[in-house]
Amino acid sequence: MTTDTRAPATDTKRNPFKDMTPARKYTLFLVAGLLLLSIVQLIEGTNQLTSPGTWSAALRLTIPIMLAGLGGLYSERSGIVNIGLEGMMIAGTWFGAWAGWQFGPWWGVALGIAGGALFGLIHAVATVTFAVDQIVSGVAINILAAGSMRFLSSVIYTPDTGGGATQSPRIQDFIGTFDVPLLSDWFNSLADKGWFFISDGAGILAGLTTGVSWLTLLALALIPATSWLLWKTAWGLRLRSAGENPWAAESLGVHVLRMKYWGVTISGGLAGMGGAYLVVVQAGIYREGMTAGRGYIGLGAMIFGNYNPFGLLAGAGIFGYSDALRLRQDSVHGILLLLAIGVTLLMVASIVRKKYEAAATQAVFAFLFFLWWGLTDTVPGQIVTATPYIITLLVLALATQRLRMPAADGIPYRKGEGH
Amino acid sequence: MKKLGLALLAPIVALAFAIGVAALALLAVGVNPGEAFGLMWDFGTTSTSIASIVNRAIPLYISAVAVAIGFQMKMFNIGVEGQYLVAALFAGWVGGSIAIWAPLHILVVIAVAVFVGALWAGIAGVLKVTRGVNEVVATIMLNFIGFSVVGYFLGNFFAVDSGALNQSTPLLPESGQIPGLNWIFTVFGFTEPKGTELQGFLIVAILIGIGYYVLVWKTRFGFDLRASGANPGAAKMSGVNPKKMIMYTMLLSGGVAGMVGLSTMFGKLHAYTQDFPRGLGFAGIAVALLGRNGAIGMALGALLFGFMERSALILDLNNIPKEVVQIIQGVVVLAVVIAYEVVDRWIKAREIKAANAATQAFRSDGEEVAA
Repeated sequence: MTTDTRAPATDTKRNPFKDMTPARKYTLFLVAGLLLLSIVQLIEGTNQLTSPGTWSAALRLTIPIMLAGLGGLYSERSGIVNIGLEGMMIAGTWFGAWAGWQFGPWWGVALGIAGGALFGLIHAVATVTFAVDQIVSGVAINILAAGSMRFLSSVIYTPDTGGGATQSPRIQDFIGTFDVPLLSDWFNSLADKGWFFISDGAGILAGLTTGVSWLTLLALALIPATSWLLWKTAWGLRLRSAGENPWAAESLGVHVLRMKYWGVTISGGLAGMGGAYLVVVQAGIYREGMTAGRGYIGLGAMIFGNYNPFGLLAGAGIFGYSDALRLRQDSVHGILLLLAIGVTLLMVASIVRKKYEAAATQAVFAFLFFLWWGLTDTVPGQIVTATPYIITLLVLALATQRLRMPAADGIPYRKGEGH
Repeated sequence: MKKLGLALLAPIVALAFAIGVAALALLAVGVNPGEAFGLMWDFGTTSTSIASIVNRAIPLYISAVAVAIGFQMKMFNIGVEGQYLVAALFAGWVGGSIAIWAPLHILVVIAVAVFVGALWAGIAGVLKVTRGVNEVVATIMLNFIGFSVVGYFLGNFFAVDSGALNQSTPLLPESGQIPGLNWIFTVFGFTEPKGTELQGFLIVAILIGIGYYVLVWKTRFGFDLRASGANPGAAKMSGVNPKKMIMYTMLLSGGVAGMVGLSTMFGKLHAYTQDFPRGLGFAGIAVALLGRNGAIGMALGALLFGFMERSALILDLNNIPKEVVQIIQGVVVLAVVIAYEVVDRWIKAREIKAANAATQAFRSDGEEVAA
């Protein structure tokens, strides 16, 4: 009888968003986001925000960050913080270029992964076997990787190879690309029609289906693969248990240290693959400093995505998209309007949730963005470059309570500690 | 004395290991390592080189102190890089825009740098205290935002000639420059360095080191700082406000970080320029690790890094890849943190053994009496 009285009580608190299936919720978000982009484009008189060129570039710029973030995921899920992703990525660019130049682009990918994994292994030795502070070791890895790659460059890329102390010779060939049959042509022709909303959406899809590198496809496949591996297999459960509660895991017979070794080494391999991607898909050459902090950004994307593969893809996508927009100086003014509307929506959400203090802050920011947008005609490139970092900080500031890192992440674990 | 020996054991083993790895790398490319290291030693110990080494060590040391302040309470200020660049830009602009009595001028520039550095680091502090944002991620993001801020302000507001290839803030007038200290060499009977001026900011760096030592080991604040790092729960129970501690640490660390670029500004470039030295923030982390946050240890670490960078120049002239010093730097940092960890564990194990033996002895004494 008690169940009958309880039922209506939950009804009064019904939240239309929470009752939706995730698929519906995300579809709604995507449609709303696209509508927002379309409106901004209409007001600004540009079509660069949804043009195939922008989105094709955004995809290419997203993948290396995503791979670094994915690398971070394996490591942090096994309980090891990995600031060394940047160094592992640098190793990936160097070995990717060397093998790409010697044997071809796919060899570049393979050796890039191996090079990154090697530095992952070093990080594992320091943090797992010797239980050194994980951030300290990560910083040391970055210094070591940058230094030893510079040494290798100066020794191997001698002037007679066409390279130099800071760059490699060109690789033999890029990795091949493909257009998705039918869809690519169809989206491209639809994008050219200039219809509000429909052509905008088609433009985005055209960008994502035209001239896609095979390596991009492979990298994207790693997202669902990781989700399956970590959450649907016994191995994944063991790896995650090492990051959540190694003491309990060990008492249940999990080889905790071995799982951590796996996590950190795979982490390095994925970061190395991200580095190799920069060479064999984008640049065709190794240049010192070409990773430009993408390892750190990947880490940010992973935290942004709440230590989940699909979340980190979204985080990496924001970085990739704003990076792509930066290259299209004339159109980025719309970003201000986008930010203004975005913050306004956040404010509305806060008011609905009766969080008036937050709403007031957001109102001020929204007003400032509108003001900035209204009073200027262009946005300096530096602001666009900084946008994803600012967004990451804002997301962390607004959502840290909802982000949850693995419970034992960053805590050095020594075998037999639980006994 | 024995304790000092143990403290030195780890870095010496690590350095020997790093040199060994570098020697192997040199052998692999067909260079005689003994010859290479000999060249480095001969070149690195001339007066001119020593001035240059100290000049290189000054910003590294200040950067290391900034990092170490955070380390004392287990906070990682990875953002020294961004803090000192933003601080140097604003300090350079202010310093180049005024002309007042020299000591005051210098003080104003330093004050601006400290203030801006503290402000930039303070953002991470506020985010951590109010929103629980991890300071490692926050300071990394703030580094990148800082690079953009510097580019934006320099290009749009502060540059004398915004079309120049190497944009620069207005030059510091005579009153805003610190004279060099080359006379020290002649006072002590050494030959005077040629073409290099020992930077006067050295004095400030030494003061920072002394201040750091006194603050951390001789004051109540320092005690609270170390206590918060070693055992946050106990520190809180003894009345330390952890949030305040985080804010103070971050502001202090950022304030010191703000001064990293000043030796170069006062003594060499006299402005903030687009090609202002970068990477000192990350190198500072390495030096802090090497010196294990000790005021003297970090000074030795900074001098070691300075020596390696300076003496590497001679390798280039002898067709030996000078990048080998980067290998030494990288390996030594990684090796030293492992070595410290191992030595610590070894000491702890010995203490436990000694304590067990003492208890054993005590017990057997008791038995004898009973018998």
